[in-house]
Amino acid sequence: MTGNEYTDIVKRHTSPNGRVLSILEEIQRKYRHLPEEALRAAAEELNLPLSQLYGVATFYTSFSLQPRGEHIIGVCHGTVCHVKGAARVTAELEKKLGVSEGGTTGDGKFTLESVKCLGCCSLAPVVSIDGSVHARVKPETVDELIKSAIPGGAPGD
Amino acid sequence: MPEMIINGLAVNFRSGETVLQAALAGGIHIPALCHHPGLGHFGSCRLCLVEILAGGRPGLAASCSLPASEDLVVETGTERVVRARRVVLGLLLARCPDAKPLLELAENLGAVKFTPRPGDPGCILCGRCVRACRAVGANVIGFAWRGRDRRVAVPFDQPPADCLGCRACEQVCPVNVIKVVEDRGRIRIFPWQSEIEMAYCRNCGAAIGPGVQAGRLQKRFPVEGPLSGLCPACRRRFQAALAGGLVIQPT
Ligand code: FES
Repeated sequence: MTGNEYTDIVKRHTSPNGRVLSILEEIQRKYRHLPEEALRAAAEELNLPLSQLYGVATFYTSFSLQPRGEHIIGVCHGTVCHVKGAARVTAELEKKLGVSEGGTTGDGKFTLESVKCLGCCSLAPVVSIDGSVHARVKPETVDELIKSAIPGGAPGD
Repeated sequence: MPEMIINGLAVNFRSGETVLQAALAGGIHIPALCHHPGLGHFGSCRLCLVEILAGGRPGLAASCSLPASEDLVVETGTERVVRARRVVLGLLLARCPDAKPLLELAENLGAVKFTPRPGDPGCILCGRCVRACRAVGANVIGFAWRGRDRRVAVPFDQPPADCLGCRACEQVCPVNVIKVVEDRGRIRIFPWQSEIEMAYCRNCGAAIGPGVQAGRLQKRFPVEGPLSGLCPACRRRFQAALAGGLVIQPT
C-alpha cells in the first residue's frame, strides 16, 4: 500500500521539533513532487491538520505538487541576474526545451524554473542545474551548458 | 490600574492588553478588520494604525498588536495616521471593491483612491476565517501559496471532508466573501465547496444543525433513549412529559 511507504518516511524522522520540512524534503526528493496521498498520510501520521501541511508545501518553491523533471534547471531572476539578461536566458531555454517557465518537458527529463537570488550576484546571470551553479550564462551557450552539465542530456535528443 | 495616553486622554488598561483593547475599553474608536475579540490579534490588515508620540519608537504602529504600556502616548487621528490609513484602505479595496464594510470605512475616511485588481476573489487575507476554523472548527482551511499568490485555501482545492459546517468562517469574515447556501437538506460553504448534510429532529423534522457537528456533540455529550435526536423544542416537551409534569402542546 502506498500509504505505508510514506508513513515509513515519516517514521524515520524522529526529531520532535522541525521534522515537517525534512519529511517533505525526503518525499519531494524521492517522488520528485509531493503527491496528495503523501501529504494526507504525513498529516495523519504527524497528527497535524492537512491544511497546515498544504500551506507549507505550497509556500516553499523547493516543493512541488506536480511531478518535476529528472533535471531541474533554475534560471536566477534576482535583481542582478535580471539586469544581466536572465529573461533572455529563460527565453532561450524555453525555446530549446519546448516548455514555458515552470513547465516540464513531455519526456519528464527537464523542468525549467525561475529562482530567486542564489547569492552569487558577481557571477550573474547564473543558472543552477540540479543544484550546481553555472556562472555568466549567455543565451548562445545554454545548449552547450546543458550538454556538459547533464551527461547525455541534450534537449530534444 | 496603569494608564496610558490616547488622544490626550488618560486611558486605563489591564496588563497584557493591547493599545487597541485599551482604546476600545476607553470608548475611543480605532478602525480594525483583522482583529476579532474572540480570536485575538494578527496584524495583517494594518487598518488600526496609530501614531506613537512618546514612550515607544516614534512613528506608526498597528495598535492591535502594540502592547499598552505605562508611558505610551499615542494619537489615533493625526494627519500621518489618516494618510497611511487611506493608502491601506485603498489597497484593501483594490482586492474587494464591493465589500460594504470597506466602502463604509472609506466613506468615513474620505479621499480613498483605489483601482480594483481584475479577477481578484475579493479576500483581504485577514486570516480571521483561518483562525476561527482553527479555534472552533476542524482546521480545514489555511493560508496557502506565497506572495501575490497567497490565498486562503482548502488542501488541493477539494471539498474538505472534515468540515463540520459550523459556519464560523462565514461569521467572522469582515468582507463577506464566504457564502453559505442552504439547499434541500444540505448546506454548501463557498469558496471551500464543503457540503454538509443537515441533521433533523426525528419528531418534528426541523433542522437541528449540521449532521457532522450534531454527531460530534452526541459523542461528547451523549443523549440516549427517548431524548436523543430531538430539536431543543421537542426535547423540552419530551423532557416535561417524561417528568410526568405539564405536557406543553405545540403552538
Ligand atoms: S486590526 Fe490591527 S492590523 Fe488589522
